[in-house]
Amino acid sequence: MANEKVKLHGFWVSPFANRVKWALKLKGIEYEYMEEDVWNKSNLLIQLNPVYKKVPVLVHNGKVILESFLILEYIDETWNQNPLLLPQDPSQRALTRFWAKFAEEKIFEAAFNALCSHGDEQKKAVQLTMEAMEKIEGELKGKQQFFGGESIGYLDIILGWISYMLPVFEEVGSVQILDPVKFPATIAWSNRFLNHPVIKDTLPPKEKMLVYFQERRHIISCANLGWIKF
Amino acid sequence: MASELLLLDFNFSPFAARVRIALEEKGLEYESREEDLDNKSPLLLEMNPVYKQVPVLIHKGKPISESSIIVQYIDEVWNHKSPLLPSDPYERAHARFWVDYIDKKIYPCGNKLWNLPKGEAQEAAKEELMESFKTLEAELGDKPYLGGNTFNFVDITLIPFYSYFHTFEKLGNLNMVKECPKLVEWGQRCMHKESVSKSVSDPIAVYEAALEIIRDLGF
Repeated sequence: MANEKVKLHGFWVSPFANRVKWALKLKGIEYEYMEEDVWNKSNLLIQLNPVYKKVPVLVHNGKVILESFLILEYIDETWNQNPLLLPQDPSQRALTRFWAKFAEEKIFEAAFNALCSHGDEQKKAVQLTMEAMEKIEGELKGKQQFFGGESIGYLDIILGWISYMLPVFEEVGSVQILDPVKFPATIAWSNRFLNHPVIKDTLPPKEKMLVYFQERRHIISCANLGWIKF
Repeated sequence: MASELLLLDFNFSPFAARVRIALEEKGLEYESREEDLDNKSPLLLEMNPVYKQVPVLIHKGKPISESSIIVQYIDEVWNHKSPLLPSDPYERAHARFWVDYIDKKIYPCGNKLWNLPKGEAQEAAKEELMESFKTLEAELGDKPYLGGNTFNFVDITLIPFYSYFHTFEKLGNLNMVKECPKLVEWGQRCMHKESVSKSVSDPIAVYEAALEIIRDLGF
């Protein structure tokens, strides 16, 4: 595949861009990485993604693919060598897509709210995150190493942020979500995921993440209190 | 083989309509079971415990939920005729992008025209709704369908909302023909397909249902 030109536009702390990095690495695909400053968007990024103006953006031989979920499916279909990220069986694929969508809508959003809110609103966000995580915990019971079986698959990649970013949210927001009593399977999965050779060296530095999300929490809190209008 | 496919259905649901259209496009026989959303059946609660919503397609006893996921499932299982998605991976990613866009924007913004009282929040939703329709109008361009020359997954995802244009116009004081003439033409073109006209809701009925919600909410 010497003529293949693969470029990934990402942002160092974006969990969405990280998903694509992992998929490319798992498949052994060489690519060029472009760091974008999402707080000062380049004209190129806006040109590549005029609808959302967001990372990640994958450019393959000049073709632009957007949205991390869709980029993963594109990678799996285009480079259909092992490891396959999605199951072959249509009903298993449907279930995988279902849980990915659920996790993004119910866990990530709620957890981010828990990061950025205070008081009762934060308590509610934590509760919603944990309720949603109970469903994922249920799905993990009786599974092998990962959601994908013996090896990392699509759902592991989508949920991967839980392993390294959720603890940061917890620390910055001063909340506990990953209760070891309630989520033993999730925590065990998380540790296996973090120790996987492909994942290990691709994580943003924790200290840098703590500073970044402290600032996000502060800015969003001020905005919610009406002190800053965006 | 009608018992092989059971659709937990709701006549008015634009999401269920997508599945009905996909099944018709593939020429599949299925049983449709109308749910009472105020009194959900034990089967629905068992087959979709996470969301407890329609549509749910039950194929040989296995449930599949979420309309976009169901349509893709139908296309993958019955892949010998009437493809609903392109075969090229890039074209597929492109189609899925627009399906996702429609899902993020149209109903979430549109339903605020009857689920919220008049005010700032509703105005903002209305603006976002029209911006989304204009984006889709630009994406459609001069193509006959959002899928290009053939009716596909993207068209299936949006067409049930064509029945809502009348409601958006009345409640939002909008003029869809003026704002999005190509989309209106597209809607009329799609309605000529039997799979669509059989499956989508009547625009007047949709409007009356919206008015009832507004009355019930006391707005």
